[in-house]
Amino acid sequence: MNLVQSKSSHTSIALIGNPNSGKSTLFNSLTGLHQKTGNYSGVTVDKHYGSYKHHNVEYQLTDLPGTYSLYPKSIDEEVACKALLSNSEKIDVVVIVVDSSNLKRHLLLATQVIDLKKPCVMALNMIDEAEKNNITIYKEELEKLLGISVIATNSRNKEGIKELKEAILNAKVSDSIFYNFEKQKQLFPQTNSYEQIITSQFNDKHTNNELIKGFELADNIHRFAKINYIVAKCIKQPEQLSKSITQKLDSFFTHKIFGFAFFFLVLLIIFQFIFYVAEYPMTWIEEGFAYLMNLTATSLPQGQFNDLLVNGILAGISGIVVFVPQIALLFFFIAILEDTGYMARASFILDKVMRRFGLNGKSVIPMISSVACAVPSIMSTRTITNWKDRIITILVTPLISCSARLPVYTLLISIMFAGKQTFLGFNYQGLVLMAMYLLGFAAALLAALVLKRFLKTSEKSYFIMELPVYRKPQWQTVAMLVFDKVKVFLFDAGKIILAISVVLWFLTSHAPSNSFDTIETKYNKIIVATNNDSIKTIYEAQMQSEKLEASYAGILGKKMEPVIKPLGFDWKIGIALITSFAAREVFVGTMATIYSSGDSENTETLREKLIAEKNFETQQPSYTNAVCWSLLVFYVFAMQCMSTLATTYRETKHWKWPAIQLVFMTGLAYLSSFFIYSVFS
Amino acid sequence: MPTLDTLKLGQSATIQEFTDDFLSLKFIEMGCLPGEKIKLTNIAPFGDPIAIEVSGYLLSLRKQEAATIVVKINPENTVESCAV
Repeated sequence: MNLVQSKSSHTSIALIGNPNSGKSTLFNSLTGLHQKTGNYSGVTVDKHYGSYKHHNVEYQLTDLPGTYSLYPKSIDEEVACKALLSNSEKIDVVVIVVDSSNLKRHLLLATQVIDLKKPCVMALNMIDEAEKNNITIYKEELEKLLGISVIATNSRNKEGIKELKEAILNAKVSDSIFYNFEKQKQLFPQTNSYEQIITSQFNDKHTNNELIKGFELADNIHRFAKINYIVAKCIKQPEQLSKSITQKLDSFFTHKIFGFAFFFLVLLIIFQFIFYVAEYPMTWIEEGFAYLMNLTATSLPQGQFNDLLVNGILAGISGIVVFVPQIALLFFFIAILEDTGYMARASFILDKVMRRFGLNGKSVIPMISSVACAVPSIMSTRTITNWKDRIITILVTPLISCSARLPVYTLLISIMFAGKQTFLGFNYQGLVLMAMYLLGFAAALLAALVLKRFLKTSEKSYFIMELPVYRKPQWQTVAMLVFDKVKVFLFDAGKIILAISVVLWFLTSHAPSNSFDTIETKYNKIIVATNNDSIKTIYEAQMQSEKLEASYAGILGKKMEPVIKPLGFDWKIGIALITSFAAREVFVGTMATIYSSGDSENTETLREKLIAEKNFETQQPSYTNAVCWSLLVFYVFAMQCMSTLATTYRETKHWKWPAIQLVFMTGLAYLSSFFIYSVFS
Repeated sequence: MPTLDTLKLGQSATIQEFTDDFLSLKFIEMGCLPGEKIKLTNIAPFGDPIAIEVSGYLLSLRKQEAATIVVKINPENTVESCAV
């Protein structure tokens, strides 16, 4: 990096193009690894920017979201248009990316951008595909008619990248005009440029609305008349496009039987990977951190700081990094599905079913992936372009039982049913477990139905969507997306998770006044006096239990008791509800500490202790079926996961949505548990 | 006049006009202009949505959206079979 280069001396470039124009791949080819992801203020659209050097000049490149025209019809499109017109971040050169094999439609946006009178060049992208389809483009003729440089590129093999960089250097404003000048004089007599009309859409949205729509219609029809002339002059193509491969694949992928069978196969593979395969790296991460925590705890001087570092910060970071394998794997598959063009087909065959629930065909993959974990699932809703469908998917996805609930379910079910009990030949435990998963699915779909009615949006819902031709996946694009998503999670959602982890650590490891000291002195005396090691361990476990009870979390749990008593929960469960906010499976560990059953890995002792537990007043068993059912249902519905909330915030850019998620899920959990407990007891 | 949603698989037609203002703007920017030839190439397993070929690419849309496009069925193409 040349440090002498001052910030103002760089040239800033924007890439604009239709979705599926191969814009992102071109962006990757131009910038290589010199790229970053940020976001546009106030919206959830990711901003991709990067840089490259050419002839010792630094070029700053922004990859704008894909748009079909400069009259935006979605939030992404609006972001792209606004960024192009922005005065604060001035763009020196616009690179218009078009798909060579589908030039006619892509020329609509291209001619609109040319009319903005900014220095432009055109990248005739995916030129190889045009050649494959026997399409000949007369480049010189096209340059003459458009008035800008046109460079044939194939970002897959970096063809034309050098020439494109050279053309950017010499980019100029076109002399050609494509917009409907007559209509401008008639509808907007006070304006004197196309840019002013386009900008006015964003200035006074409501007063101008009808006028703009009238202009848009006239403008685009006028434009296509001119484009037809350009196409006739510059392109030679066969009468019928040879799309035989796409057609054959489509008849399979959208087939009544094979289409669905293939989709379920895709789901099955994704599921296997994020549920089972991801477990190995997750274990390595957890063991690695455990080792690191142990090392830090023993090598640094004992005390507050050590405890904060090990049990607060390192434990928190471990809890963040552990999500990486699932996120990376899920996005690896999603990137492939998107890049090959299959995702659009999956959406196509599922739209009718999902639409009924206010969801989208693209909601299926996030919802199924949620069986493993809601965090990567919520991140993957980015593929849903419709805002309302996306928000509904984000809100209901955590209702689906994730893998962190499994240890909780297993413990509670094992208290209620002995392993060998069967019903109609089926194992009882397995049946109840399945019922819990089904309950989660049903709740997610019903919640979607309800939200569909209540959520209001200005964005119109439609399904007018391009079915792109099938292509081989681009491994560089796939790798970039995976890398990007992991980074976004670690640094954006991660800091919120870390902050909450530290708070939870404080609550469980601190107590008012000197109550910890009293407990420690009491036990230390007994422990010193004992010679038997196994009895020592028992005392130590009891000490931990008493300390947890005395801690702020313990006090909070006791304060909560009147609120959770109608559900059948005591303060001990209250503490576990608080701590399991870090991750649901922590419930088991906390219960193990409270009941001083020692090793939290061995739930058999805990199970026995819970079964043996008697109510202090009535001397009846505490963990009755009513309590267990109530607790089970509570864990199916309740929003007991800070990582999910942090991810929802990251993906919606508003605290309103995680707040709604927390209130509606926990509210649903409370009411259902109350109902269940009342019925069973 | 028939609308796009009534087309049979493999049938070709020419776009005449639109009956919904908002959707017409979207259709036009996707290259569906009056006078443009289209062909129904695919119907989703539950009968909805559908996919058409227009100006050299495939576009999917829901039936209720297709119902806002008035078309004229091209007579010479009605018997053309479509490989499914």
